[in-house]
Amino acid sequence: MDILVSSLVAGLLIGMVLALVALGLTMIFGVMDVINFAHGEFLMIGMYAGLFTAQSTGMDPLFTLPVAAVVGFLLGIICYYGFIKFVMRGPMVAQLLGTFGLMLFIRNLALLIFGSEDRALHHGILVGKSFDLGMGVIMPATKLAAACLSVVAFVAIWLLMNRTRIGKALTATSLNAQGARYMGIPTEWMNALAWGIGGGSVTIAGALIVNFWSVNPFMGLLFTMIAFAIVALGGFGSVPGAFFAGLVVGIIMEIPGIWDFFTYTFNSDWMADVPMTSLKYMWVYLAYFVIMVFRPRGLFGWRK
Amino acid sequence: MSGNTAGRYRVLDFLPVLHGVSLNVGPGETVCVVGANGAGKSTLLRAIMGAQRVFEGRILFEGREFQELSTEKIVRMGITYVPEERMLFTPLSVEENLLLGAYVLNDGKKIQKNLEFVYNLFPALKERRAQAASTLSGGEQQMVAIGRGMMSGPRILMLDEPSLGLAPLLVDEVLDAVRHLKQEGITILLVEQKVHEALDLADRGYVIQTGRIVAEGSGDELLDSDMFRTAFLGI
Repeated sequence: MDILVSSLVAGLLIGMVLALVALGLTMIFGVMDVINFAHGEFLMIGMYAGLFTAQSTGMDPLFTLPVAAVVGFLLGIICYYGFIKFVMRGPMVAQLLGTFGLMLFIRNLALLIFGSEDRALHHGILVGKSFDLGMGVIMPATKLAAACLSVVAFVAIWLLMNRTRIGKALTATSLNAQGARYMGIPTEWMNALAWGIGGGSVTIAGALIVNFWSVNPFMGLLFTMIAFAIVALGGFGSVPGAFFAGLVVGIIMEIPGIWDFFTYTFNSDWMADVPMTSLKYMWVYLAYFVIMVFRPRGLFGWRK
Repeated sequence: MSGNTAGRYRVLDFLPVLHGVSLNVGPGETVCVVGANGAGKSTLLRAIMGAQRVFEGRILFEGREFQELSTEKIVRMGITYVPEERMLFTPLSVEENLLLGAYVLNDGKKIQKNLEFVYNLFPALKERRAQAASTLSGGEQQMVAIGRGMMSGPRILMLDEPSLGLAPLLVDEVLDAVRHLKQEGITILLVEQKVHEALDLADRGYVIQTGRIVAEGSGDELLDSDMFRTAFLGI
């Protein structure tokens, strides 16, 4: 029973972080109908930003979030004005291949600058500590903090989108860009802002993840794929969809733990033989596939 | 394949639609541009808004040239455009749509005042303020579009075919609203298909034919002129 509850709680916690990872992807799609293949690379940059800030200043990794957010915001804005703006003039394929190229570029640039080795944080007030949540559920403190802060960041961005003038202007741009221009809304800047906020939110997620996960230049794609699955499940462009789908995907990623629980419960030999842990991500992709086939709109529907 | 399509759009993009169009609108005036389909009326308004490239010539507002400005800056100068497609933000409520029309204003009191002005102009919208724009009838959507164009308190309001696709009763209602705006002293540039109604409403009119202004004058003068008959009836 302990394993089952632990797995579910761990799934929900990581799901909250993954929701924040997917938020930027769904936002950029919502505002300008572009799928950012380099999204995971943004996350990787956020992880390096958190890691190096913590290591060079001796600051606790949790306090590096503002640095990571600024790095991500600037990265998004620079990518938009330096690159995305130009591929927007072409057909959809140009945008797909364009952001794919951006992914390869950032990844190889990271390889050049940071080298290929795994880097991890070894210090910090929460690193190595854990909390007892009762019912025998013990969670690493870093994951708990990451989950809580992800929810805070998620809610903050949701409020920004729904309660502020800038959020309304972003919404108007996403619904009808030409109409928005006729209202005097600078749509070009709104697009850039969507990239900035999208980039900033995913680098915050990166700086949270680096508390319990090591970073290397090749890890981006895994998160891009997970974010795709979440965005597809939640509905492209839907912010609440991204949150709930993040939780679902988090639990799907804990299927190995749940499987272990049933293995012990039934004391089954064949179940113990299935290499569940190596199939961890397969379930996520399988879910992605099933959604695409049976409910392409996602749980919450498309934005438009 | 897609490369070819893009190429073709490009050619169209560079094809001049308007030639030698010259018109002016005085303060407080209601000026109407009439012409057959495809004569270039909407292109004219879009060119003024900076949404269509201008190759030659000048567009002036209070003595200042602005054909190089972006659409956003033109709106900030005080020119608003109610497009023929209306371009409402359909999932948003009526009031949200109207408030987006006041995006360029920062003064909350002024926004509130303009909102009241619009609700006075179109009382039907006040009742439906919380409803999504997509659930409104065509006539009501047009009212939202015009009201949204008034929310920034423009110096010139440009209306593109406000009666397009509306039932006769609603056409009257919408044109009455335009007349009301005129009486309020708003400067209006109106493009209309309903030639007689539009010229009746306007102080002056221009007739546009295949991208050129072919006649100019008061409503009655134009309705009687030969050029007018040629432009519309091809006689």
